[in-house]
Amino acid sequence: MRHPGRWLAVAVLAVLTAMFVHMLVTNDAFQWAFMVDNMFRPPIIEGLVRGTVVMTICAMLLGVTLGVVIAVMRLSDNPILRAVAWLYTWFFRAVPRLVLLAVFGNLGILWSRIEFGVPFDTQIGRLFGIDNLELRAFGFTSRDVLTGFMAGLLGLALSEAAYMAEIVRAGIQSVEGGQAEAATALGMSRGQTLRRVVLPQAMRVIIPPTGNETIAMLKDTSLLLYVPVSMELFFQLDAVGKRTFQIFPMYVAACLWYLLLTSVLLVGQYFLERHFSRGYGQQARARMKLRGFAAEQGGGGGGTGAVG
Amino acid sequence: MSDELMVRAENVHKSFGPLEVLKGVDLAVRPGEVSCVIGPSGSGKSTFLRCINHLEKINAGRIWVDGELVGYRERGGKLYEMREKEVAAQRRSIGMVFQRFNLFPHMTALENVMEAPLRVRRESRAEVRERATALLDRVGLASKIGNYPGQLSGGQQQRVAIARALAMRPKLMLFDEPTSALDPELVGEVLDVMKDLARDGMTMIVVTHEIGFAREVGDSLIFMDGGVVVESGAPDEVLGNPRHDRTRTFLSKVL
Repeated sequence: MRHPGRWLAVAVLAVLTAMFVHMLVTNDAFQWAFMVDNMFRPPIIEGLVRGTVVMTICAMLLGVTLGVVIAVMRLSDNPILRAVAWLYTWFFRAVPRLVLLAVFGNLGILWSRIEFGVPFDTQIGRLFGIDNLELRAFGFTSRDVLTGFMAGLLGLALSEAAYMAEIVRAGIQSVEGGQAEAATALGMSRGQTLRRVVLPQAMRVIIPPTGNETIAMLKDTSLLLYVPVSMELFFQLDAVGKRTFQIFPMYVAACLWYLLLTSVLLVGQYFLERHFSRGYGQQARARMKLRGFAAEQGGGGGGTGAVG
Repeated sequence: MSDELMVRAENVHKSFGPLEVLKGVDLAVRPGEVSCVIGPSGSGKSTFLRCINHLEKINAGRIWVDGELVGYRERGGKLYEMREKEVAAQRRSIGMVFQRFNLFPHMTALENVMEAPLRVRRESRAEVRERATALLDRVGLASKIGNYPGQLSGGQQQRVAIARALAMRPKLMLFDEPTSALDPELVGEVLDVMKDLARDGMTMIVVTHEIGFAREVGDSLIFMDGGVVVESGAPDEVLGNPRHDRTRTFLSKVL
């Protein structure tokens, strides 16, 4: 045998796998039939779609957008914007997501109504002898707005923005300074330079951790249990388990659902990373060989200094 | 007087913190003239070039390109810095080629050349594509239009960079040591493109170490050292009969 160590490892793993499968099959507490019967029920699927998938998409969209804004603020020449951006990331990275969600779920205690307008309007009015001056543009009752979903979305998105800001900042800083300079020299504005030249290159650095963040976000939607958001996968599975006193099978079902969903995301991540590595590394070289071959066959003056 | 000149610089000063890099540089370049700037590293020649399109803000002095004050507006004898947008508009007619090419690596050669005319000048795509293809053909890269910069040699990248600058139809081209980052055998192809441009009547300011190019193509030669223009004149004159010790010392090292 050429690799005795390898065969030994295979043998040990085979035994361990057999033991694991044996447990899965023989232990009645798994209640496989019950699990399969219950894990596809309409409220659970609805929770999965609305509370897990839609929430992940919304929270990441909001989080990434806000994160880019904060990253750009952090890198701006304006010291006030820089300070605000720092303060934001400091706060939202320091407070645990679970705690943040509990806080956002209970913001209704703080305000029964949320209104936007001139601050200190009543106080200023009193200064000029006007009673009950109210300069409010618009407002709404918090119960209408800070429902479970919105509160959960705000909590997750605001927290995500802080992490995304750091990722985007690292990405922007990874782009060589000559790139922005070349774009500037061509007469491109700051915004164009950022959008067309810097960010697309920063993407190569930003995408892999963002993929990880998305996967983490998908899993963190289970924390919505503490807002609480009832239309959510884990909440629903947990509810079924508690109602039927069959908690463990439903937790196994949760594991399986999250495994499935994250696996789908992993596939997406692979293709995104491939797309944004255009012009770099191995694949670029492989493409070059193909194109170079085609070009050689096509002939033409690709060589040196064919000018004049 | 400034109307007749493509570039006029007067008493240009530039400091990076306590370090004064330019200590009063004057320059005059006529339309169609090829002006080569040589000098030891740290002499301020690249910094001066970058001041001409306002990539660096000058601390004192004035620079005009085609009769227009660069980066500032003069009102009542005082200078006011232009807004970002106005400076960007001025830069459109000044092409720049960098030592390290600075091509956009995520775009093909063709996309690199098309980017600025499309986004900055908002010209029609078909027209820009035609012009960009013609420019890449002119620099000898017709067969490489679909390649990414990472798939091109240094010389090819620099030629794409020249085409990219030309796509904006500049009235002035600035070259910042365009061949310094190239392998020796690739220098010729880039210089050939530049010679072709010069023959076409493009006004060029070339910061270079290629003395041969300066002698052959340059209409004037400027020797800078220590942040000032030490000597300038016709290339043959400056190279063959330098009047200053510093010029002689420098030339004895590079020739």
